[in-house]
Amino acid sequence: MSAAIESHNHDDHHHGPAKGLTRWLYTTNHKDIGTLYLWFSFAMFLIGGAMALVIRAELFQPGMQIVEPEFYNQMLTLHGLVMVFGAVMPAFVGLANWLVPMMVGAPDMALPRMNNLSFWILPFAFFVLLSSLFMEGGAPNFGWTFYAPLSTTYAPPSVTFFIFSVHILGASSIMGSINVIVTIMNMRAPGMTLMKMPLFVWSWLITAYLLIAVMPVLAGAVTMMLMDIHFGTSFFNAAGGGDPVLFQHIFWFFGHPEVYIMILPAFGITSHIIETFSRKQLFGHTSMVWAMTSIAILSFVVWAHHMFTVGMPLAAELFFMWATMLIAVPTGVKVFNWVATMFKGSITYETPMLFAIAFVVLFTIGGFSGLMLAITPVDFQYHDTYFVVAHFHYVLVPGSVFAIMAAVYFWIPKWTGNMYDERLGKLHFWLSFVGVNVTFFPQHWIGLAGMPRRYPDYALQFADWNMISTIGAFLFGASQILFLFIVLKTVMGGKKATSKVWEGSRGLEWTLESPPPYHTFTTPPKVD
Amino acid sequence: MLRKITTNFNSIFCFILTILLSTNIKAAWDDLNMTEGVTGISKEIFDLHMLIYWICVVIGLIVFSIMFYSMFAYTKKKNPNPSTFHEDTKLELAWTVVPFLILVFMAIPASNTLTKIYDDVEGDINIQVVGYQWKWQYKYLEDDINFFSNLATDWDEINNKIPKGEFYLQEVDEMVVIPVGKKVRFLITANDVIHSWWMPDFAIKQDAIPGFINTAWTVVDKPGIFRGKCTELCGKNHGFMPVVVKVVPQEEYDAWVQDKREEAFKMAELTEKNWTLEELNQRGEDVYLKNCVACHQVNGQGIPGIFAALAGSDIALNNRAKHIEILMEGVQGAAMQSFANQLSEVDMAAVITYTRQAWGNAENGDGEIVVPKDIVEYKKPKG
Repeated sequence: MSAAIESHNHDDHHHGPAKGLTRWLYTTNHKDIGTLYLWFSFAMFLIGGAMALVIRAELFQPGMQIVEPEFYNQMLTLHGLVMVFGAVMPAFVGLANWLVPMMVGAPDMALPRMNNLSFWILPFAFFVLLSSLFMEGGAPNFGWTFYAPLSTTYAPPSVTFFIFSVHILGASSIMGSINVIVTIMNMRAPGMTLMKMPLFVWSWLITAYLLIAVMPVLAGAVTMMLMDIHFGTSFFNAAGGGDPVLFQHIFWFFGHPEVYIMILPAFGITSHIIETFSRKQLFGHTSMVWAMTSIAILSFVVWAHHMFTVGMPLAAELFFMWATMLIAVPTGVKVFNWVATMFKGSITYETPMLFAIAFVVLFTIGGFSGLMLAITPVDFQYHDTYFVVAHFHYVLVPGSVFAIMAAVYFWIPKWTGNMYDERLGKLHFWLSFVGVNVTFFPQHWIGLAGMPRRYPDYALQFADWNMISTIGAFLFGASQILFLFIVLKTVMGGKKATSKVWEGSRGLEWTLESPPPYHTFTTPPKVD
Repeated sequence: MLRKITTNFNSIFCFILTILLSTNIKAAWDDLNMTEGVTGISKEIFDLHMLIYWICVVIGLIVFSIMFYSMFAYTKKKNPNPSTFHEDTKLELAWTVVPFLILVFMAIPASNTLTKIYDDVEGDINIQVVGYQWKWQYKYLEDDINFFSNLATDWDEINNKIPKGEFYLQEVDEMVVIPVGKKVRFLITANDVIHSWWMPDFAIKQDAIPGFINTAWTVVDKPGIFRGKCTELCGKNHGFMPVVVKVVPQEEYDAWVQDKREEAFKMAELTEKNWTLEELNQRGEDVYLKNCVACHQVNGQGIPGIFAALAGSDIALNNRAKHIEILMEGVQGAAMQSFANQLSEVDMAAVITYTRQAWGNAENGDGEIVVPKDIVEYKKPKG
């Protein structure tokens, strides 16, 4: 008892973090955990990026030059898994950790120990997944969508490790989501009603519900695979009375909301940045919230648009086509709102704004190709070609990834207390912008002209644009080293940032000093 | 400043326009677009594609023009005092309703075309298409024709040892042949994993799924050779199992059917013939290179951990009965499939004999040969 009192007293005088490695291992602080998530995500971004470069290098010319088709399939599988589950999702969770308490006026996340756990199981999940590269039979080679029976009866032995890894990732995501929801629902500053909540917080609230809804579905799918592989069941094995198409329905029931999990927080980020640098309140805050909510709800009834060619009945094809097209309406509302925010604003173009504007333009292009893909009869020609590859890379790279980078530039002065190097930031933006478009824009054309995705080699008419795409990919990859350098430089020093950082800043996080105190808001601020 | 940008913009615009108008570029552009194809449905789909494409372009131009205008006109320098408006119910209602109407306008022709595609009453000719790792089997249900279609491109071309031919990766040893003007129905399924049978010129892409039979139909009005691909990741050689369809006039088609029947008759005769070791070995090597190298490799070493080695394998050395059984039945739970329906008795016997002889197997094992009659014997109902 006295020891407890003593340690309590001790805590009162000790508001900084512990020293050394244990600070990171035992931390329950939302900022430390946010930082861990962000660095982990960046490491995965580089690993997944290196795999993408192996893929692009092989596709530089027709013929097999660098890798075998078998290893090529392992690369494309791991690239997808690492980027989706290792780079994009943890980056958004890292941002949520850093920003949600600061934006709602809370001292920390609601469940700090679970927060620690949900991060620290991630590295193990990826250790398990990536170690499969060194196993007999090689890493998973069935694509990130792991369609049965290629991923069950015909999979390499390492598929069991993959399943285990997905289970851990799912557990991590669900814990993270519960934490976000509990924090938002219980720890908002007095006066902050739900409709007054900043859009990034809103976007994460919706995302967290999506995650809790669909992660168990994914866990169910991989568990059924595990049973098929090791315990003699036949969920997905036609010879045993099972149904390979069932797998796809389950996977995409998870997979489509998953796509929005990777874009909704980006919507939130973009809204904050555009209003800040336009020096004008965001147009249609309420309609933004409704748009995100409708997108999230619609995401549960469009999954089979990934499966137009599996031979569904006409009624199902029509329903999923119409439902998918409907998503264009709320998505359009968001884009129009961003444009209306800029209209008659007072705009400056710092690096975060450049990334945010590029996000709006390039994400919209990805949205257009998405609308084209929704038209079922035409999808018969687009499906599983590079047109699809171009589409989802447009929404994920200059979409989600650009939004994450924009967020880093936007909030890093707040996090570190130092301004980043504006000149280098802009250079990084332009290199990434050119790189991303040179890589992915030509893929629309080679897709329309008939090159299927997941091909290690291709017919000669696709040679020119594949070569150009590869050059763009290496440019994009190399410019991320510059990003690493800029971030490190900012962490180590630089011009001191004010509390407000940007002239047009709005929101509670900008009322804190830069860097903010270790326990964010010890007394809740008042919101009018 | 703005003026300079405008003049630059004008000159760039003129430049692009000149490019677009020159016919060479037009041809190059067609190479970058979806094929119009050669059937009524494929042309309808192409028109839908262009329609939705232009709708997107127009909406994009409008939205981005307003955006870029705002970016130039409302910089901090030109407009130091931002407006304060932040909502407008009428405007928001308008940009919810108008896109919805555009979507309805788009959904109507799309739904019509889709309904037409699904109208697949029985065809004049029914062909069952079966996907295998990594080749296609075609069975003509009315004419009792049955053959496999393998990639014909030399692996030396793929591995950059010799120059690549015109139809690199788009050529097969035996094309599907169909007549002009007849309704051909494809019944598509798979033997192992999911494949997808894609023929862009007919606008048919249908997944081949084990345990399911999907249907697709076409009527082609123009003779020619059309090339397509497998479009569902199906393992290592997913990129190496093309689809090639030859569309011919009716008389030519009838002659082809006759030829195929005679070929089958000749094959039956070959089964009865007495085979020598050399003959079997020679035929076996061809069969091996076509059907087995993808997994077991040219040197018979397989790929450790995934595909078994044949060189020095106990079954290939000393267990002739088991060797036949594996090829006939496949291996449960592994990539090795049954070849009983894929290879003729002659080819089956030849390839078993070859793998029992090659890579020093003859010297290290019993070197027993297998003749076509042995396979016929195996196929007879037991007991």
